[in-house]
Order: sequence, then structure tokens, then C-alpha cells
Amino acid sequence: MEKRELTCIGCPMGCQITVELNEGQVVSVTGNTCGIGDKYARNEVTHPERTVTSTAVILGGDKPRVSVKTASNIPKDKIDDVMKEIDAAVMKAPVHIGDVVVKNVCGTGVDVVATRNVEAV
Amino acid sequence: MLNYDIVIVGGGPAGLAAAVAARNAGVDKILILERDKELGGILNQCIHNGFGLHTFKEELTGPEYAYRFIEKVLDAKIEYKLNTMVMDISEDRVVTAMSREDGMYQIKAGAVILAMGCRERPRGALNIPGYRPAGIFSAGTAQRLVNIEGYMPGREVVILGSGDIGLIMARRMTLEGAKVKVVAELMPYSGGLKRNIVQCLDDFGIPLKLSHTVVDIEGKEHLEAVTIAQVDNHGKPIPGTEERYTCDTLLLSCGLIPENELSRNAGVEMSPITSGPIVNESLETNIPGVFACGNVLHVHDLVDYVSEEADRAGQNAAKFIKGELADNGGEEIEIVATEGARYTVPSTIDLGRMDDKLTVRFRVGAVYKDSYVSVYFDDERVMHNKKRIMAPGEMEQVILLKSKLEEKPGLKKITVKIEAE
Amino acid sequence: MYDVVIIGAGVSGSSIARELSRYNANVCVLDKCSDVCEGTTKANSAIVHAGFDAAEGSLMAKLNVRGNEMMDEICKDLDVPFKRNGSMVVCIHKEALPGLQDLYDRGVKNGVKGLRILSREEALEMEPNLSDNVEGALYAPTGGIVCPFKLNIAMAENANVNGVEFRFNTEVEDIKKGEDGMWHLRTNNGEYIAKYVVNAAGVYADKFHNMVSANKIHITPRRGDYCLLDKEAGTHVTHTIFPQPTALGKGVLVTPTVHGNLLVGPTAIDIENKEGVNTTGEGIGDLIAKANDHVKNLPMRKVITSFAGLRAHEDGHEFIIGEVEDAKGFVDCAGIESPGLSASPAIGEMVANLLKEAMNLTEKENWIGTRKDILNPENLSLEERNELIKKNPAYGNIICRCESISEGEILDAIHRPLGARTLDGVKRRTRAGMGRCQAGFCSPKVMEIIHRELGLPYEEITKSGGQSKIVTHRTKNQKGGNQ
Repeated sequence: MEKRELTCIGCPMGCQITVELNEGQVVSVTGNTCGIGDKYARNEVTHPERTVTSTAVILGGDKPRVSVKTASNIPKDKIDDVMKEIDAAVMKAPVHIGDVVVKNVCGTGVDVVATRNVEAV
Repeated sequence: MLNYDIVIVGGGPAGLAAAVAARNAGVDKILILERDKELGGILNQCIHNGFGLHTFKEELTGPEYAYRFIEKVLDAKIEYKLNTMVMDISEDRVVTAMSREDGMYQIKAGAVILAMGCRERPRGALNIPGYRPAGIFSAGTAQRLVNIEGYMPGREVVILGSGDIGLIMARRMTLEGAKVKVVAELMPYSGGLKRNIVQCLDDFGIPLKLSHTVVDIEGKEHLEAVTIAQVDNHGKPIPGTEERYTCDTLLLSCGLIPENELSRNAGVEMSPITSGPIVNESLETNIPGVFACGNVLHVHDLVDYVSEEADRAGQNAAKFIKGELADNGGEEIEIVATEGARYTVPSTIDLGRMDDKLTVRFRVGAVYKDSYVSVYFDDERVMHNKKRIMAPGEMEQVILLKSKLEEKPGLKKITVKIEAE
Repeated sequence: MYDVVIIGAGVSGSSIARELSRYNANVCVLDKCSDVCEGTTKANSAIVHAGFDAAEGSLMAKLNVRGNEMMDEICKDLDVPFKRNGSMVVCIHKEALPGLQDLYDRGVKNGVKGLRILSREEALEMEPNLSDNVEGALYAPTGGIVCPFKLNIAMAENANVNGVEFRFNTEVEDIKKGEDGMWHLRTNNGEYIAKYVVNAAGVYADKFHNMVSANKIHITPRRGDYCLLDKEAGTHVTHTIFPQPTALGKGVLVTPTVHGNLLVGPTAIDIENKEGVNTTGEGIGDLIAKANDHVKNLPMRKVITSFAGLRAHEDGHEFIIGEVEDAKGFVDCAGIESPGLSASPAIGEMVANLLKEAMNLTEKENWIGTRKDILNPENLSLEERNELIKKNPAYGNIICRCESISEGEILDAIHRPLGARTLDGVKRRTRAGMGRCQAGFCSPKVMEIIHRELGLPYEEITKSGGQSKIVTHRTKNQKGGNQ
């Protein structure tokens, strides 16, 4: 049996939730005060995911950096690796919202895309 | 002198949404004046996601959210001027502006919408003792340096204040390779969203110390260390609880202040609680034809509410210039915030000008669990809604129906308060 | 080799330099900091004392009154903001009323003009926000307020235009009389040789004095904490309000500044560390408690910054100015604590006269006695401002929105003689970053201008020289982008 303590992010209550796991399977969720907490806790202990937002280097633009994000969530334990690929990326202006900056980042099947326009100068 | 129907001061989320709403209401000559080199305001440096869930039913980053509205402004061919500082607004709505290209010039505005946003409370206002070296930034200044200019202020970071900007910057600095050692918060609770505490601090093992503040800053030329200590119920540091952190960067995220220098000079009446203008149901200030919306009016928690409020300001400004917002001579009903509710926006209602529904926004002064938001019409309680939790970091709202107000002829005062039962 | 080397580019050293620049002499000013005005001159009460405090017959009294008299002309010549707002010493205890009379008598003996003792009613009429406990006040119409930064900078600039060299980031490590009869100053930037040395080193003046003289002096850094309030509070009082003086000094004053803010301070805390300009919680707390004794309803919520400065308090509490007895050619200008700023024009005059006579200096024919400050477009009409922007569009680009400072003013600050090289340098010359947001908004923009105009990489731009760098490295740890 494994026990995991979580803070629910559903609302400002921030319920302290305890999840009991057995070989990766959720056995019980306690401490939550509504259904949002239950759902959040089950997801968070089995396959936690995050959207990563950052900036990437851009050359020849009216700004030195372009803001980027993973187009959808990626596994939480890949954040560091995803950041490494974003940091290594070098874009050329112009870039527009939605343009792919890193294709299939870290093999997650998710692209890193630009979140703003940077025009060429 | 130039002539415009509506001049909007500020091209951030509030100004953009107000412009679009005014255009949709049929106003032709609209001008947005923006001091920065692009539209979008502070959203351009808020590159994290989480914006727009209410407005667009999806999670956008700040620049993406801004661009949704910028596109609408461009599509509607609304005029705007960048790199333009508004120097003065007069009581009779003459706006003085200045830029490199256009010099200093005046515009006669049919209506003015104040949408200048807010700024951060600086270190000086916090009276933090110690030296005054390089390496101390308000979180927003650091956010601009990192996200827009692409420079890091340092490598080892302490953050004072756990508002959302502080939390977001903790993650941002970490992702860029800095070591964020601690986030200290003066209050016994964080003003930030739970989601940000979990995803910006817990995810990276950054400790959050509630009821703590910075009591010393070391380093004559550059920041070398800060000392934080626990505070008592009055916010006074408790001797013996000091902990010293070596660091080269201190970020301050200690509150936002609406930026109302122009409003004050114009003679706009201010609320000492919000530091924003006092407005009526139409989001109009004491100066007829001068409206306010967004963070210049009161600091918002979500940009979605800024857009919504600005939309109303834009519509009302449109009504004003068409002469549809006339004073009907009706009595003004006062809205009073008390017992836990710190303020309300708006502060008064003219029943004759009220829409069928009016959203009254307010904030609470402390954390309330299982309490009630109550609304009184004079002495009669007409609303009593239980909330599981209310916190100072989040805006609350009640919706008033015109039909209900009309049922109470002679109504003088509406009171919003928090009740335990 | 120089005729004179002056150690210290504060207001004393710069005033001496300017006065010396009237004469045919090679003069060089050394300062360990990156700019003028980095020591005691940058953090004080910014007032011009009338001169009733200092002991009768003292050099302090003489130079204070003389400096006060000279202030109108020098501020006019050098285009420095100065205003005779008048000062009041407020008595809040009936039994202390005779003390006001003593101050009055001393002031008259010191040569202070226009002094008057005010009744409670007269005082309250002039200053409605005085404490309800006010019993009377000494009014000095010659008291004034000045911008210490601008006075210091203007004196230095004017000296520089007239040929005085300034060497910054240059710290004197040792001073010896050579076999050649000259003074040899060893610094981190090589050796400087001079016939005369002027020691205007503020809190460090004892260190240099004691290098050359057997008669040791001792200077205690006496720290003063201050709070600066928003311009919204700038008219809370219009005169400079002092409590009655004590042994530790003139006490906590409340004064408008010449730029329209309200200044409250200083404390008086004797410390050992000559770099100890840190404020403390106790100091600021003490300040707030004391300030409220004499002025009521002080809006302390409107504090925009707090800071501390060090007064160079010599044990004898007297200015030490003159050639050191056992070190010929070494001229002290030591123990310059309050009223040093007020006395600075007279200090410059006195030391320059001394050196002129010692070296038989002759006057320059082409000495330039005036200097224009950075243009303040706020004083222009809309039409004039438009003309200005047409000629130079940079004046149309506002960089500091709190103080309404344009790019044109910042460019002027950077490119004029002894121009700004740091954020603080820009700030003290133009006021960009001195407003209520305390540079939160404009510092990235000022950095961009410094980077562009001086070719300094971002990573080399400092707040105030030395290690005070603003940013450490680029994100992504890589170059790139449009920088």
C-alpha cells in the first residue's frame, strides 16, 4: 500500500487529499469535499500532466525571444526534458501564433508551438 | 484639436475589449492610446497558460488571449496609436497625448474610457529594512526581463509575496535554470490560486513559508543574502525565528495598485479601498462621460472579468455619446460593503440607467469558510447565498435584478456583507 | 603630475573643484565610486540650513551662513533647483520654550537674517498640520531646500567643462610624501602625483588624514534613516519642520523636497561600518514615532522608499578645513556633516582661496561660470514642446511615466560632460526611476538606452557601478535575438 498526499487545485479550499494506492491502482481517496477533488486526485496520482510554457530564441525578429507552449499537456516527469529541447530551439522570424517550434517534443506526440507573433525586421 | 467619439487610454485587455464593444454598439470614431510599442498590455509578458477559461472555454497563454482581442480590433479597423503617452485628461474630456511621431497634441473626446491598468507595489512602500543593492525586482519587472528581453536577473532567488505573479515567477525562474530557495508570505494564507501553489511551487519542491517576511537585506553593491522571519498576528517579526538565505535575486510580489495618476489629475473621485475610481452602475466616474474598467478600476483576479467589465464600459460609453445614458432624475441607490466585504464595484445605482441585470463585484478581507454572502435592501435581507470558501485573492460577485429593485420604491441603500449564518 | 588632487567627488570635493577651476591649475578629482554623488551627498535631508544651530564662532556656523547666502547665485548659475521655503523649529513643551529663545539668540549672533519667534497661533496659521501640542516656533525665512544630487552634479560638470579631470572607480590606497616633495597617491588605477592633496573623502576623511599626520582624527559614521513620501503628500507641510535640537543633532525633520515629495528623517545612530547604509526596522520605526511628535496626520502609507545615509561626524563636532600642520600640502576638508550641504559653496570658496594663495594661482581668462541643466520639458508650453519634439523626437518618448521623463532627457544625461553610466546615474540626473513605482517600469527601458548609447552589453550595465549588475546572463544560456 502506498499513500500520497495532495493539495486539490479545484478551488481556494485547497483540500488536503490522501490517496491510497495498491500497485499503481487507486484504492481510496479521502479528504476531498467534492467530486472535483476525487477526479483531480485520481488523475494526479496515476498520470500527472502539465502544460509547459516558456520562450525560445528567435533570430531576425523585432524581439529576441518568442513565447511558446506545449500544444497540450505532457507528462509531468518530462518537464525538464521538454525544457531542454525548447532551450535548444532557434527560430527565424517571422513566427506566428501556432507555428511549430519543436515537433513531437521528447517523443510525447505533442508539439511546442509559438504563442505570439514575432515579425521579421 | 482632434475629435473622437471615444478615446480609450490603454491598449491592454480592458482597453481592447472596451473598444470592440463600443464599435459593436455602432460608434465610429474610436481611438486607443497605448504607451507600449504593441497592443496587449501586461498580457504580453504573462506567457503562462490559464487565461480565458470563462471567455473562450479554453486555456490560453497571456499573449494568445491578448491576440484574440487585438485581432478583433484590427478586423474592426479601430484606430490605435502606439508608443503614445497620455499626459493629461481634463474635466471636459480633452486628452493630451504625446509620441515621437506626433509630438504633443490634444484630442477632444465625446467619452473617455480609463483602462490604464495597475502597477506593482515597490520595495520602498513595504519598508523592508536593509541595504538597497542591485538584485531586487518587483516580480513583474523580472517577468519582463526574462520573458520579453530574454535576460535573467540572477541564479539564486528568494521571493517575497505569494500572489499569482510571485508564484508564476518562481516556476519561470526555475524552468530557466535558477534555484528558487523559498517563497515567503506575510499573511497566514496565500493570495495565489491553489493551482499555482501546486504547479509552480510543489512541483519543483519550492517551500512556501506563510506568516513570514523579509527582515534584512545584505549586500552593498549586489544582493548577497536576505533574512526572513516569522511574523506574529500583527505582522511584526518574531525574534529568534530568523533564517538567512544566500541569494542574488529578491523578487517582490506584494500587491498591485491601480494606476490612477491621470484620473486624479482629471478630478475623478477615488475609492481609498480599491485605489480606483468610484463608479456607478454604468462604470462611469463622477465626471460625466469618463468611464473606467479593468485593473485601473479595481485589481481583478481573472482577465476574463476584465474583458467582461470592459465590454460593459464600452457599451455604456457608446450609449453616452448617443445621448442614451441621460440622467433620468431618479434617486441614486448607494451600495455599501461591510462586515467582511471590503468594497463593491459599482458603488451606486441609478435605477433609470440600470440594465436588467447588474453584476456587483467585491472582495472579502479574510478567508471565510461555509459563510454566506448576504444582500440587504435597506434593512431587509433579500439574498443569502452560502459559499464553501471565500478568500481575499478571489473576486466575488452578486447579481442584482432590476425587477427586484423596482419592487422596492424609495430604496436608498443596498448592503453587501458576509455572514456566518 | 597635478597641482591638486582632490579625493572625493561628493558635494564638498566637487564644490572645491569648481572653485579651483577658476584658476590656472591642473586639478584632478578621484573617487572610488563610479559617479559623483555616491556617498554622504546622495542621502541626506536635502535642505539648506539657515545657520542658527551651529555654535557661535564655529567654522560650521560661519560656513553655513556664508553657504546659505551664496546658494541663490550658485543655483542660478548652475541651473539647480533651490527654493527658500523657510524653516521652523517647533516647540511642543511649554517648559522648553526658552530653548527657542536660545536658538534665536545664537542665530542672530551667527548672522542669520530674518529670524522670528512665532506664537502657537502664528505657527499653526503658517503650518496647519503642526502637532496640536505646538507651543511656539522659531521661524527662519532663509531656510531652503535644494536638490543635493543636482547641486553636486552641476558643480562637477561645471568644473569638468573648465578643465578639471575626474577619475572614477579609483580608490586611493596609500598616500606618501615623495623625495621630490610631491604627494604620491597609490590607487587601484595607478599612481597619482600632486603638489597638493585635498581630502574631501566624507566618512573616510579620517583614514586619509591619518595616513599623513601624527595628529589623528576620528570620524564616526552617524547613520540617518529616511522615508520619502509620494508627491501626493508633498504639501503636507510647506516649511521645513524641525524639532528642538538635542546633543545627537537636529532631530527628525519633516520637509517638502524641491521636487515636490515629502521627506521624513533622519535618525541618528552611530555605527562603525563606513559602508553601513542599511536601514533597520528599529530605525524606521523610531523615525515614524518621532516624526509624528511635531507634525500630525503624517500619511506614512504614502512612503515610496526608505534609505539611509552616513554623516561624517568628527569627534570634535566641527568642520576641519585647512592645511594639516605636520603634512604640508595636504589640505583637510573633514568632518563635513550637517550643515555640510548648506555650507558646500562656502567650503569650495574657502579651500580654493587657500590653495590659490599657497600656489599663487592666476585666474583663467575663459572660465565658464554657468551651466544649463538637462532641459525639463514640463516647463514648456504645448507649442514649445511640439517644436522640441519636431527637432528631437526623443523628447516625445516618455520613459519614466511616474516622473514623466523623456528619452531626450536621458540621452542628454548620458552624453553631457561626466555623463551617466549607470541606472542610478541616470536617475540622479533626470529623476527617471525616482517616482512612485521606483523604476519598476522604466529600468528595462533605461537599460536599453544605456546599452544602445554606450555600447555596454546588458550584463555589464549596473545600478551604481562595481558589482551592482542588473542581469547576470541570457535566458537559454545562449546568444541570439536582436541584441
